[in-house]
Amino acid sequence: MATLIDDKQPAHYPPAPSAAAKNETIAETASSTADSLLVYAATLTVGTFLGIIFTKSEVAKWQRVHDMFLFQDTHLYLIIGSGVAVAMLSMFVIRKYSAVDIHGQAIQYKPKPFHKGVILGGMSFGAGWAITGACPGPIYAQLGSGVGLAGFTCAGALAGMYLYAWAKPYLPH
Amino acid sequence: MTDFLLQPWPWWLSGPLIGLTVPLLYLLAGKGFGISTSLQQLGAMCLPNSKLDYLKNFDRRKGAWTLIFALGIAIGGLIGSHWLSAKPIEFLPSEFFSLWGATKLFIGGTLIGFGARYAGGCTSGHAITGIANWNLPSVIATISFFIGGVGVTWGLGHILF
Repeated sequence: MATLIDDKQPAHYPPAPSAAAKNETIAETASSTADSLLVYAATLTVGTFLGIIFTKSEVAKWQRVHDMFLFQDTHLYLIIGSGVAVAMLSMFVIRKYSAVDIHGQAIQYKPKPFHKGVILGGMSFGAGWAITGACPGPIYAQLGSGVGLAGFTCAGALAGMYLYAWAKPYLPH
Repeated sequence: MTDFLLQPWPWWLSGPLIGLTVPLLYLLAGKGFGISTSLQQLGAMCLPNSKLDYLKNFDRRKGAWTLIFALGIAIGGLIGSHWLSAKPIEFLPSEFFSLWGATKLFIGGTLIGFGARYAGGCTSGHAITGIANWNLPSVIATISFFIGGVGVTWGLGHILF
């Protein structure tokens, strides 16, 4: 937008936009951060699809998680492994055909950066996963299934998030 | 067929379907698959006037979809356990229905919320989406998840379980 009111523009270039027009532009930019109803409908649908799988696959079952960490059950390893394989293949196809999303925007993965928290936080997360038998997705699936006890896991997760929000400036990154 | 669907689903059906969440979410919503950001969204919404940078600088409008997604997962849980299961699913063993059990869930939950946000993602964002995109930090995160989980299970198992 700044280029519209550039000093170097030739004389015949359209005059700088009026104040009202400028405000409109700002308003547009601000509202662009909120998603459309279509996006919400899509995320709700995909979420429901995922919640059914979390439940039916027993990914959200404590015993399955416990047996995975005891190396007594291959079920979750195979699920994560095949899930990664299908996701990887999908990303390959998306890149190969330069697929776009519903808004016509190019699909691009935003890499998550490395810092010490990836290891320290990762180990904390794994410990919690082993104790509760749930990671964030399955917590929501358990809650939806009517498992009241999952409320403790969820409250803990929220408390842990607040703990991180407070401790972030003091933690190594 | 109906009988098959009402039983627990095998890995070769569940795993690929979970993997498909990544392209589905990208194509239909333009979003990267990740679940734990919803905790930050919820936290920022509950304390809108927080002075903590982590919550103050979080764009709640942009992150609203994460809670809609979480709501979907909960609805899916309801459908899967109530109408798509022949038998009730035992998500948590009966030992958890005690004060000690609830305490363990809360402490474990705290480790999950703290760890997922410190690591920058959980099983969905790091292990599935990250590795599928050849993101090395996500591989390290996933190895760390398993070090933490295996360490607690084998090292503290006699106290915890």
